[in-house]
Amino acid sequence: MPQLEQIDTYLSQVVWLVLTFGILYLVLWRSALPRISQILVTRQERIDGDLRKAAELKSEAETVLAAYEEATAKARAEAQAILRDSAERFAAEAAERNDALTAQLAEEAAAGEERIEAARVRAMADVESVAAELAGLAAERLTGTPADRAAAEIAVGQVMKERG
Amino acid sequence: MASADHHGPLSQFEIKTLLPIRLGEADISFTNSSLMMVIALVLIVLFLMLGVRRRALVPGRWQSIVELSYEFIVGLLRETVGADGRRYFPFVFTLFMFVLFGNMLGMIPYSFTFTSHIIVTFALAAVVFVGVTILGFVKHGFHFVTFFVPPGVSVALWPLLIPIEIISYLSRPISLSVRLFANMLAGHTLLKVFAGFVPALGAAGILPLAFVAALSGLELVIAFLQAYVFAILTCLYINDALHLH
Repeated sequence: MPQLEQIDTYLSQVVWLVLTFGILYLVLWRSALPRISQILVTRQERIDGDLRKAAELKSEAETVLAAYEEATAKARAEAQAILRDSAERFAAEAAERNDALTAQLAEEAAAGEERIEAARVRAMADVESVAAELAGLAAERLTGTPADRAAAEIAVGQVMKERG
Repeated sequence: MASADHHGPLSQFEIKTLLPIRLGEADISFTNSSLMMVIALVLIVLFLMLGVRRRALVPGRWQSIVELSYEFIVGLLRETVGADGRRYFPFVFTLFMFVLFGNMLGMIPYSFTFTSHIIVTFALAAVVFVGVTILGFVKHGFHFVTFFVPPGVSVALWPLLIPIEIISYLSRPISLSVRLFANMLAGHTLLKVFAGFVPALGAAGILPLAFVAALSGLELVIAFLQAYVFAILTCLYINDALHLH
């Protein structure tokens, strides 16, 4: 087996092993591995940064959303207040006008009734005089003599009193 | 089986000098093993550096693989050692990549698997063992020797258990190195043996060929798995040194 027979090559093998391994160790330790490590760290930082930025944007969006909701709620409340106020104002106005109209109507009705009463009284008076005249004419036709005007009026008045 | 046998299943493990270098009496020639180590070094650096050259925020395929391997070892250390294992990450990562590329490059036909040599795997394991032992003493001072005293065991059993603990501790570099070495050795030898049957059997050689194809797939898995095992055991040893029991 050459591994155990070529003992004279052991020194050369070990020397070259130490040389190559040593150089490799130094190159990797000083140059290659820090370079790889830096790439990985940079990437991790970038990922963390992006995640942080995303979280910031998210919270910002949530703030905006909350502000929007607050604004809409406020506007809605204001609109409802305005609606309520105007409804109350309209109701009050309507009641006032209604009252005024009712009072006016009542006044006009009273006036109308007064006028009707007057007309009725006047009409009743006319009826009496016309009835007295008619009674006088009827008595003249029946008797053939002119009737006494005053007596006819008294008789009519008496009848009308009896009949109500 | 002698190393002179150039066609045996073990000839693939032979160290061939490509460029003789002598330092006084010492022979530190550049060999096929050294070449594969240098290739592994260059490929690992290119793989990592070119993979992340664009530093893309959204990684492409190549960069994804680089990041995946990085996070794989980070996760391994975090799970076995915890947060304070982070300091040893460059070492564990280098170890994992070096063993992985050594194993994988060995899967290329006519190449050489430097992790199939016990001296290489033992040297790697020794670095881990010595490093972890020093770490333990630096972290805990002399208190580190209490690591060899199993917790919750009566004093009467100490004379029996403490030697066992010490032997088990000392055998760590052996088990760590032999596991990798033996896996590579066995897999590659088996591949070569069955590949040798293909021309010998003629038309029926399709059967060993199919087996070699299937075995190559298994060997690729083992190549990764052994690198993983080497790395995770290193993590466990670091954890033992840092946290004792």
